[in-house]
Amino acid sequence: MNFLPQLINGFIRENPVFVLVLGMCPTLATTSSLEKAIGMGLATTFVLVGSNLIISLIKKFIPDEVRIPIFIVVIATFVTLVKLIMAAYFPDLKAALGIFLPLIVVNCIIMARAEAFASKNGILASTADGFGMGIGFTLSLSLLGSIREILGSGSLLGIPFFEGVDVYTQTIFILAPGGFLTLGLLMGFFNYLALRKYAKAGGNAGK
Amino acid sequence: MREYLALLFGMVFVQNFVLNQFLGICPFIGVSKKRDSAIGMGIAVIFVMGLSCFITMLVYKLVLVPFRLEEYLDIISFILIIAALVQFVEIVMKKTAPDLYQALGIYLPLISTNCAVLGSTQMRLLDYAALPLPEALLKNTALGVFGGVGFTLALFLMSCIRERLELAPLPPALRGIPIAFLAAAGMALSFFGFTGIV
Repeated sequence: MNFLPQLINGFIRENPVFVLVLGMCPTLATTSSLEKAIGMGLATTFVLVGSNLIISLIKKFIPDEVRIPIFIVVIATFVTLVKLIMAAYFPDLKAALGIFLPLIVVNCIIMARAEAFASKNGILASTADGFGMGIGFTLSLSLLGSIREILGSGSLLGIPFFEGVDVYTQTIFILAPGGFLTLGLLMGFFNYLALRKYAKAGGNAGK
Repeated sequence: MREYLALLFGMVFVQNFVLNQFLGICPFIGVSKKRDSAIGMGIAVIFVMGLSCFITMLVYKLVLVPFRLEEYLDIISFILIIAALVQFVEIVMKKTAPDLYQALGIYLPLISTNCAVLGSTQMRLLDYAALPLPEALLKNTALGVFGGVGFTLALFLMSCIRERLELAPLPPALRGIPIAFLAAAGMALSFFGFTGIV
């Protein structure tokens, strides 16, 4: 069996942030620096893999009527695990992510994958799907985080980006409006690329 | 009284859930195409948010802390409370206020996955939990209701903007969600002017 398609599906073709437009709250809130973006992405990946694995394991025992509460309990369990692990090993990162760490529970990506994929597919395929989606999410967050950190504080991962050059950083990019602006423009850019590709393939551009 | 006014102003303008804290972005983008549905969603959120802030604080102070479960059962119990509450509100509303149910019905299930609701219950949980029970309950409920008002304001303004954007000549790549985010950037920028007032 080949799980590569499931694994790379989430990277570009079904990218959770730019194509499926899921999980917007953490995407905007935790990308003011690359470090926070990677931390959030990896935490979400862990929860996604864990919940997809468990839900695909127990999918035969879940009555259809109460599947949503059961999914929520499984997801919340993994989020609690992440919270406790982070509190023990990365207390600074936990403080920086703040309220958005417990809010992974209501990240729509996880629920969407549980409902749309893990409750219908096998264990290995579901794990691969969770991993691929998580990495796709992490990559998108990292892209946003890098752009905002470079423009907003002139550094990357805390290391000054423009060494010895006099630069004016735009603090607005690490604040709320910059988040909306960067995400909107990036989405527009990816839409533009998709439209151009479509037009080249002989389709009708703009539709 | 002054304290609550400051909280109201703070939650609506300075620390607006959507435009400053990035909470509840999904309904903000998803349900802001029409003005009527924006208002319906907003009222449902105010109601559920106030109620869930009240009940989660009650459970936190009376169950989780006395039994020393607050470290690792808060997320699971809160999200279940919210999900159950939304279901409960839906059932009660269907029986007692069918008109209101007709108006809000479709938005209610969406609220359980609105991260602003779980966010509002977690936001000042530790600060307020240190207060005596009646005051903690009152303050947390006020936080939920005022936060909901701020959410409704942002959603309403956004729906007005988007009704106009429908007719605007835009580059095809920006149509729909990208331009909504750019409009939100402008709104966030103007709300940023309130910083430091409270």
